Amino acid sequence: MTSHHETLAAFDRALTGGPLPKGITALDPSEAEQRFNVYRNNMMVSLTEALNARYPVIRRLVGDAFFGAMARVFIEHHKPTSPVLQEWGKEFAIFLDRFSPLKEYPYLGDVARIEYARGVAFHAADAEPIAASTLTSANPETLRMGLHPSVQVLKLRYAAVSIWTRNQPGFETYPIGHSGEIALVLRDRIFDVPVAAISPAEAEMIEALRMGRPLASAAASGSLKDPMFNPQPLLVSLMQAGVLTEGSPKT
Amino acid sequence: MTGLPASVGVGFKPDHFTAIRNDARRVDFFEIHAENYMGAGGLPHAQLTALRDDYSLSVHGVGLSIGGQRGLDADHLQRLKTVCDRYQPDSFSEHLAWSSHGAEYLNDLLPLPYTQETLQTICDHIDQVQEVLGRKMLLENPSTYVLFEQSTISETDFLKAIVQRTGCGLLLDVNNVFVSCTNHGQDPYDYIAAFPMTSVGEIHLGGHSTEELPSGPLLIDAHGSPVADPVWSLFSHVIGQTGALPTLVEWDNDLPDWPILAAEARAAADILAQGGARLDLAS
Repeated sequence: MTSHHETLAAFDRALTGGPLPKGITALDPSEAEQRFNVYRNNMMVSLTEALNARYPVIRRLVGDAFFGAMARVFIEHHKPTSPVLQEWGKEFAIFLDRFSPLKEYPYLGDVARIEYARGVAFHAADAEPIAASTLTSANPETLRMGLHPSVQVLKLRYAAVSIWTRNQPGFETYPIGHSGEIALVLRDRIFDVPVAAISPAEAEMIEALRMGRPLASAAASGSLKDPMFNPQPLLVSLMQAGVLTEGSPKT
Repeated sequence: MTGLPASVGVGFKPDHFTAIRNDARRVDFFEIHAENYMGAGGLPHAQLTALRDDYSLSVHGVGLSIGGQRGLDADHLQRLKTVCDRYQPDSFSEHLAWSSHGAEYLNDLLPLPYTQETLQTICDHIDQVQEVLGRKMLLENPSTYVLFEQSTISETDFLKAIVQRTGCGLLLDVNNVFVSCTNHGQDPYDYIAAFPMTSVGEIHLGGHSTEELPSGPLLIDAHGSPVADPVWSLFSHVIGQTGALPTLVEWDNDLPDWPILAAEARAAADILAQGGARLDLAS
């Protein structure tokens, strides 16, 4: 007699190309295969739909038909390892980097990195923004802030931020950059997840803030990257987005 | 049986949030898929927290793989506990199905043979769920498309035995009854007659799709269309036996605008209010 474990193992193999498991039957046994195909189809369609929801710009760039065929290959090699699907699909960027039919489009992996990061930001923990009055009244030499858990900085080899932006509604003529870009991904006060290109100095300042450095010191670290660095625009946009938080008190 | 009101609810979809808030009260409870609320924060939790203030809540798991091989995913069970602790739902339910094997999650509710071996495994799993969550759970009957030669127990007897051994309740999905019975050449009214009705804590209704095969129709539990007429009739028959029960309309794909979904719930509420009588006379 087949154990439950063996039954499930054979069923699992059959979902992705294996033969119909022993013991599977139907009202008309000659239709068992056709009926089993509902399960094969459900898994592939539902996981393709999940990947589609996570990577809409990639789908737009490669087209629905190509995306569907590529998703099948990805799914066969990278099944989810947990029922929490929002955590699935991080490997898609590396998969795109290496997928030989796409070698003429090396920037797709970086676009996928942005799309994955947006999902991470969407589900990141909540954190209370710092009050504007605290920011304006405090001494920048001693004011230590935190960053909202959704804030991510991605240093990308390609101009993926401008490519991503150009594929948003209303931005169809947005100019594409010519070199690598740094993406700032965050979740704002109204739960939108915008993506912006930032300068190396701005990226430096964000990392310094994340490390809990005082505001003046974080701004100075940006100036080390770029003597002309003005921290004001970045601070204003971080403040408006609500991603500057109370820092943990230093002991 | 559960804390859900004996009236109607729908599966909550984030796309409907604003319409729900701007509309009069159309339903008394919402059901969520637990797995969609396992992130740390953000919009999903903000919406659910707001809804929870005004409505009863059913947390419905789709990924625990209770019918899987021996040994539940302890991490996932802990995540379910976190969701239940956070929202204190009026009901928690899961499926008579499996969805994970080894390290892989297959993202579907897959069928299992009904044997003494699987019965014992499932009862052990349900004992564990009820112990960790500190609450009684409901187990849902599945839609199935194939049969197992290994099965030695009927689905209704299998569910009865689970209820007896674990003390869990049941979620009777009337659409699933219709889908499975049609697919396997059984009479859905016979299935209902054999179902342990006193253990039912919630009812599900949903739409199915149909493919024609040479031997007859193959019904698929697609949740992308209105509830079919024969499923309404079967539901009315059930309510005629049981009286009003918490009843949920599921619509997960090709999502309609809120008023259409609310109207489906209204239709279910009418049947509850009439004790199932009207449609029984009509059918």
